[in-house]
Amino acid sequence: MSSSSAARRPGFPVALVLVPACLIAASAWFLPSLARFSSGFVSYNTVVVLLGTTLLGANAGLIGTFTVLRGRALLGDVLAHASLPGLPLALLLLGRRSFSAMLVCAFIMGLAGVLLLTLLRRYTRTKDDAAMGIIRSVLFGLGIVLISVVQTWVVEGSKAGLESYIFGKTAGMLAEDVRLIALVSLVSLATIVLLFKEFQLVSFDSGFARVQGWPALILDNLQMGLVAVTVVVALPAVGAVLVTALLILPGAAMRFWTERLRTLLVGSAVLGALIGALGSSASAGYSLLPAGPIIVLVGVAMFVISMLFAPRRGLVARRIAQENFRRARRRRRLLATLYELDEIDGGENDWHPADRIAARHAWTPGELLQVVTEVELEDLIRRRDHDGAGQLCRLTTAGTEHAATIVRGFRLRDALLDENPDQAVLVADWDPRDFDENLPPELLATLENRLRGAGRLPAGAGPAPPPASSLGENRS
Amino acid sequence: MNPANLLGPDLSLAFWPIVIGAIVNSACALLGCFLVLRRMSLLGDAISHAVLPGIVIAFLFAGRNSFGWLFVGAMAMGLLTTFLVESLRQWGNVPEDSAMGIVFTALFSVGVILLSNFAHDVHLDVSCVINGDMDMATSKMTLGYGFEYPQVFPRMATALVVVVVFLFLFRKELKIVAFDPALATAMGFNAGLMHYLLMGMTAVVSVSAFEAIGSVLAVAMLIVPAATAQLLTDRLRTMLLLSAVVGCLSSFFGYMLARKYAVNSAGMMAVVAGLQYVAAALFAPRYGLVAKTWRSLALSTRIAGEDLLARLYRNEEAARRPAGEAFVGSSRMVTPKWIDRLARGRLLRGGEVERIGGGELALTDRGRQTAESLVRSHRLWEAYLVQNFQLPLDHLHEPAERIEHFIGPELQQQLAESIPKTGVDPHGREIPGIAPAAPRDEPSS
Repeated sequence: MSSSSAARRPGFPVALVLVPACLIAASAWFLPSLARFSSGFVSYNTVVVLLGTTLLGANAGLIGTFTVLRGRALLGDVLAHASLPGLPLALLLLGRRSFSAMLVCAFIMGLAGVLLLTLLRRYTRTKDDAAMGIIRSVLFGLGIVLISVVQTWVVEGSKAGLESYIFGKTAGMLAEDVRLIALVSLVSLATIVLLFKEFQLVSFDSGFARVQGWPALILDNLQMGLVAVTVVVALPAVGAVLVTALLILPGAAMRFWTERLRTLLVGSAVLGALIGALGSSASAGYSLLPAGPIIVLVGVAMFVISMLFAPRRGLVARRIAQENFRRARRRRRLLATLYELDEIDGGENDWHPADRIAARHAWTPGELLQVVTEVELEDLIRRRDHDGAGQLCRLTTAGTEHAATIVRGFRLRDALLDENPDQAVLVADWDPRDFDENLPPELLATLENRLRGAGRLPAGAGPAPPPASSLGENRS
Repeated sequence: MNPANLLGPDLSLAFWPIVIGAIVNSACALLGCFLVLRRMSLLGDAISHAVLPGIVIAFLFAGRNSFGWLFVGAMAMGLLTTFLVESLRQWGNVPEDSAMGIVFTALFSVGVILLSNFAHDVHLDVSCVINGDMDMATSKMTLGYGFEYPQVFPRMATALVVVVVFLFLFRKELKIVAFDPALATAMGFNAGLMHYLLMGMTAVVSVSAFEAIGSVLAVAMLIVPAATAQLLTDRLRTMLLLSAVVGCLSSFFGYMLARKYAVNSAGMMAVVAGLQYVAAALFAPRYGLVAKTWRSLALSTRIAGEDLLARLYRNEEAARRPAGEAFVGSSRMVTPKWIDRLARGRLLRGGEVERIGGGELALTDRGRQTAESLVRSHRLWEAYLVQNFQLPLDHLHEPAERIEHFIGPELQQQLAESIPKTGVDPHGREIPGIAPAAPRDEPSS
């Protein structure tokens, strides 16, 4: 590593950050003109909603990634429910409706919920999960009580706005809401960029961060604060229950695609934006369907797609890798078994019944057919019918050479493990073909000499065939 | 005949809501004990959201009053949630909390969409499912077996009976799975099956609860009473009983308060349950904050007092010795002043020290005995450390200062037997009350 790259601060490339930041700011502040421009195609309202949900998705994806990584995925859920009492409280305190006061009160209640959670964890014997459940449900109950107080005591029509807290009223989003969301997005983007290194360390090894003298607690609370702000701002759009999903889904989905935090964050933000945009445009067509659930279902679809089809960690990719591994192993075993059977018979390439080989390795007929066909196509074996009772296989010259290498690898491994059984874990995933490349040369020479002494070293013109006692693969 | 009428005009209106609430709450609380013990409260939470599509589908197909189908639908959704969470965890390597969040929000969304598209046909209100409405749930009365009771009563009573029977039948399995799933598996119990059964039952109770207290507040009743009971006891049976009691109390006080102030009764029940939890967290005999603080305060005071006694004793000792050998080492542990003052007061009241003017204290005979025993423990321990760990002399005081408060007469006896019988500690100071075994004149010869 050169000194210049070591000196570079491990943060975000500036351009990568400036572009979305400018986009966010510009789109939010020039929203009216943007909407006028596009009003030929879609309604002003649709543009507002689309922009709002997109920004919201991006922001939730960004912030939510950290909660997913830190095993606090349900923190958003707790915060969303715990902040419910904030809304009626704002009404009761002010005596009139004020959106910003409601948000501030909700935010404060959310923080109070987090504080209570910390207290319960620290001072009672209640476990984490139960503590979260208690905070969430009791504060939500309190919220419901206060709402009914507002409904009976405060006469002016204040019921609207509280109902939508639970499910959200995406269609009612205003340009001011979008600006607020944009502001919050910018703040969280800036925080994450500035504290990227710190957040990275705290996310993966908070104990180490603390030992290194970093303010882990402050960083922790900062992250939770960002979640709280995001939740409170997202509530009017998607509702208390469903904001949880927006926080979890992008991060959890992107986790299948990458193992680098930077890529994960950028990807989650993009994916979140995509979820928000697709979801709100899908629900724009159906007035019957509330947008919140649609957005969530779009997100779930993305998650499922990622889980199935992501290149390395996806289910399909893992399944394919597994199958390839099994095929390679079957192929090795077939060749090695044929070779060793020949060895017993005196070194001549002979016909052997395929069924017996299959039975030795517990292969199904399908697996046998697959491996035999594959190896025959490679011109490593020949095969013919055995008077209607199964098939016979025989190594070709090329196949014998190939098999000799494999058997040599197996026997070297067995010889090594005979002496050093404790190395079994180490050699478990070595390929028998390049087994000897992994060994120190002097050890390799010793093992080869021992095999040669026992007459078990496969080479083109090996000495006398070994006793019929052992077939290397069987013991592995 | 309506049993509520026996209570007189004032309580008769409150009778059925309270009874229904008590039934629902105790059913939730009983099951919740196992959720809390197995640290799966949040899965219960997830299930109580995820049953929403089950409720809607059951209502669509079987109508409002067929609670058999409702239970079946709920059970199916509960099992589905559990299965999906487990699958995501096992096959997708998704962390459990993320998996729960994804599954329950997805199912909940499906439920909301079903509700908003088809709910006109079944008179199912979204906010009723979320918040519940006790008065509405108990307003429709019906007549059967000569009694008049609310329409929802049979469903909720059935749920409670099912829960109690389930807990009774599987009490052994549930208990062992709750406390040691690995042992349960080793002993041949199917921990996985119990897990699924428990989750299915959770779904059933949260469904039976949703009309009265709402599916969100069913979560409160699943978790809060059980957590409260857990603070109060260490025995499973007591915990079950206590949780049911907390559930019933929540129903009673919650409803009465709600009626008095004309607020939402389901929310009030959750709040009352929360208050009971807070009370338990503060005042529980063993695990309460007050008891814990009291115990640690008592210990601090005792240690501070004992340190004071030992200091006085050492001063007396130093006064007996030739000059220039005054004891200077003192406790390195800094105790707050007020603890010191408390300790002083305790010693004065106990007659272990007395004032000798000028703010000075002196040991009484009783105090001297205590102090002697402490100093004996201290020096025995120092000798023991040198004997067995070969610690250098300047490393002895601190560990001994810490442990001297916890060495009783028996341990003193054992220590005295295991060290050289010289009667002095490694610093050459006499160990009070331990006579040197060898004849006194031998060292001088």
